[in-house]
Amino acid sequence: MAKITLENLAHSYLPNPQSEDDYALKQLDHDWDDGAAYALLGSSGCGKSTLLNIISGLLIPSQGRILFDGQDVTRAPTAERNIAQVFQFPVVYDTMTVRDNLAFPLRNRGRDEAYVAERVNEIARMIGMEHMLSRKAQGLTADAKQKISLGRGMVRKDVNALLFDEPLTVIDPHMKWELRTQLKKLHHDFGHTMIYVTHDQTEALTFADKVVVMYDGRVVQIGTPEELFERPEHTFVGYFIGSPGMNLLPAKIDGRQALVPGGTTPLVQGYGPVSGNVQLGIRPEHIRLSSDQGLPVTIRRIEDVGRHKIIRADLMGHEINIIAPEDQPIGPDMTRAVFDPAHVNIYADDWRVAPL
Amino acid sequence: MDKTVNNKAWFLVLPVLVLVAFSAVIPLMTVVNYSVQDTFGNNVFFWAGLDWFRDLLASDRMWNALGRQLAFSAIIIAIEIPLGIFVALNMPKRGFWASVVLVLMSLPLLIPWNVVGTIWQIFGRVDIGLLGYTLDALGIDYNYTQNTVHAWATVIVMDVWHWTSLVALLAYAGLQSIPDAYYQAAKIDQASRWKVFRYIELPKMAGVLMIAILLRFMDSFMIYTEPFVVTGGGPGNATTFLSIDLVKMALGQFDLGPAAAFSLMYFLVILLISWVFYTVMTNLDKRG
Amino acid sequence: MGKRINGSAVVMILYLMFLMLPIYWLINMSLKTNAEITGTFSLWPQNLTFANYATILTDPAWYMGYVNSLIYVVMNTVISVAVALPAAYAFSRYHFMGDKHLFFWLLTNRMAPPAVFALPFFQLYSSVGLFDTHIAVALAHCLFNVPLAVWILEGFMRGVPKEIDETAYIDGYSFGRFFVKIFMPLISSGIGVAAFFCFMFSWVELLLSRTLTSVAAKPIAATMTRTQGASGVDWGVLAAAGVLTIVPGALVIWFVRNYIAKGFALGRV
Repeated sequence: MAKITLENLAHSYLPNPQSEDDYALKQLDHDWDDGAAYALLGSSGCGKSTLLNIISGLLIPSQGRILFDGQDVTRAPTAERNIAQVFQFPVVYDTMTVRDNLAFPLRNRGRDEAYVAERVNEIARMIGMEHMLSRKAQGLTADAKQKISLGRGMVRKDVNALLFDEPLTVIDPHMKWELRTQLKKLHHDFGHTMIYVTHDQTEALTFADKVVVMYDGRVVQIGTPEELFERPEHTFVGYFIGSPGMNLLPAKIDGRQALVPGGTTPLVQGYGPVSGNVQLGIRPEHIRLSSDQGLPVTIRRIEDVGRHKIIRADLMGHEINIIAPEDQPIGPDMTRAVFDPAHVNIYADDWRVAPL
Repeated sequence: MDKTVNNKAWFLVLPVLVLVAFSAVIPLMTVVNYSVQDTFGNNVFFWAGLDWFRDLLASDRMWNALGRQLAFSAIIIAIEIPLGIFVALNMPKRGFWASVVLVLMSLPLLIPWNVVGTIWQIFGRVDIGLLGYTLDALGIDYNYTQNTVHAWATVIVMDVWHWTSLVALLAYAGLQSIPDAYYQAAKIDQASRWKVFRYIELPKMAGVLMIAILLRFMDSFMIYTEPFVVTGGGPGNATTFLSIDLVKMALGQFDLGPAAAFSLMYFLVILLISWVFYTVMTNLDKRG
Repeated sequence: MGKRINGSAVVMILYLMFLMLPIYWLINMSLKTNAEITGTFSLWPQNLTFANYATILTDPAWYMGYVNSLIYVVMNTVISVAVALPAAYAFSRYHFMGDKHLFFWLLTNRMAPPAVFALPFFQLYSSVGLFDTHIAVALAHCLFNVPLAVWILEGFMRGVPKEIDETAYIDGYSFGRFFVKIFMPLISSGIGVAAFFCFMFSWVELLLSRTLTSVAAKPIAATMTRTQGASGVDWGVLAAAGVLTIVPGALVIWFVRNYIAKGFALGRV
């Protein structure tokens, strides 16, 4: 297990990148702490697979270095990095038995058979496949195969990190939950450094200690699930995390209040001069419908999703979403909305502005 | 894929049935008819029962031809399959060169078979052919029309030249269907090149390789034109394979009865072996 | 990638050289005079001449051989693909009585040695008055091309989700209109590959086409025996004729190059 350091890292698939747009992965410095579970979250094409492939050594970055426990591995081949990876589609060796599949990485490294047998049994117990060790891998279900690839990654005790590349894509929804729980437990028991790539916010938020959100080749925020929810550093994080995502309204800041379409809303803290494209962000959870206070809204539609109601409303031509508790009656007099000042964030050119 | 039961589908198959009946069943009945009759010419036929089959089974002629045929098919499969796999493993995966290589490799497959024969007939001649001339210059007394070993070597090299690309293209198609993740996983598992081949590439190629072996077996078992042009079946009968012998019998000597009996047994041998292949293959299909 | 010698490239160069050398030699010979061919041994033509090609392209007895071959090959390709399309659809979509046996029986025709069929074909087509016609050869080649076309097309059709058929029927398409307007464009690459293989196998076959023709529909492959005259073999013309038989194949292959590998696997990759 190791701490992984990315130093000055960037990658472009073009031979001679000119502008920043040519980079699939823009410059990045980051430490992945030893033994932590990270999720790499972003929509497809945001550079998260590129980053993962650089860490696993399938790709050599155009610039910068990768260090494993302080040792430079930028140009080291995959095998030398001692990492394990679970891919989007289950990769198993079809003609081998489950046992031989699990033993494969150890045998390739010349470990003696007694040790191999011991490890294989241990791992089989962990992933719950002891009873089918002698079966051929061919013909197993997708989730069984994915468990085998996971087991193959864990069979080596000394792996520096376990990488997951959207490992639950092909798994049935009810098995997803089980596998994710199992992963979390394995992480808890063995403390591997884990990096989990996904575009599914639920997967990311439930799995990881820390979530790394990527957008357009750039890491826009690294934080705990709570931080991502409460203080999105970038409008993309606000929009991407949460369901529905954060509301954004054009705004002007005036001391302790913000001018938005239809009126003003108070802020808890003051801001200095803010320039550029200024927006106010507030999550639907933090807007309350009212009949006499706040900004004028017109309700367009109400979606009852069981736990709560999602209200699609219009605020001076801007669509906003409001989440109301399931038991709250919504009458025709509810023509106003109140923003909770404690949860308002201010953005300039998409980046969050810290209050004074 | 789940298929629905629908006997009306027979109507869709009907055109094929009519056409194949015309081009296969009727001629085959003629053959069966001949195989049990004898003639002294003038279209007068006598019932000969199973005599021709009995004669044929007792004659060395067919057994020798069958022996040569089996040896030939075995040798070319033993060379072409491994060589084809080896070539496929080294083919460029994508880009301009992949297209060029594909087209160049396919060329021999598109040359009429008698021209293939002609090419090698010329190529191997000591006086005007590059191969023959070179071998002669190296001090080898090369002569494919007189020397049995040379004749066999020439016919085999010609077949390898003609058909290895087919095996390679099939194997290549199999290799192309392997997702990159497999190779990446193998790297991470520190698998050796041999293990990558043995546990990833070979299993994925198994299906197409069965097709390759089936096609090469069938086609080599029916080989006629190419060796006929090069060696004419000689020296002596050294390269007289089943088809060459059959054509000699039927069109050369007009021994219709024996030729027909020969035909049927020939066909049956191919059917039997192909059926085994087919069964194995459909089982692979199901598992894959 | 470093500057080290690429092993794969070496293997491919050696293999392609092995493939191309005999063909090069044929081209080399076709550009020489007979005197040069038999007189001196040279790796390339000393006196470049196109006389051999001129002989072929000006003499109807020669070039009609190409025309005849092309006529029956195209006829065969059209017939084979046309009848194979509905059959392949049936095999790929439905279970019906005897489907498996039928499929294997079709396949057996691909395994039938032309030598077995040569004589019966000769008698059959003579008795119905089709001897020495293009259609006779085209029909005879259906023996092995129809099963092949069915096989290839079935492989490609299996890859098209059945939901597409169902959606089209729900949208009110008749079977015929659905098949032509929607389904055929979807498997156009499969049709191209099947046509290519029918073309190829019909083009390279000689035994049946020679047996079934004498003058009017004589294929180029049979015409080539003309070079054996009383004064010996006319090597230059023979080589030129050989080179010209390679050209059509080389042309069609360029169009299907991206599907060749899949086609050779009969659509089963």
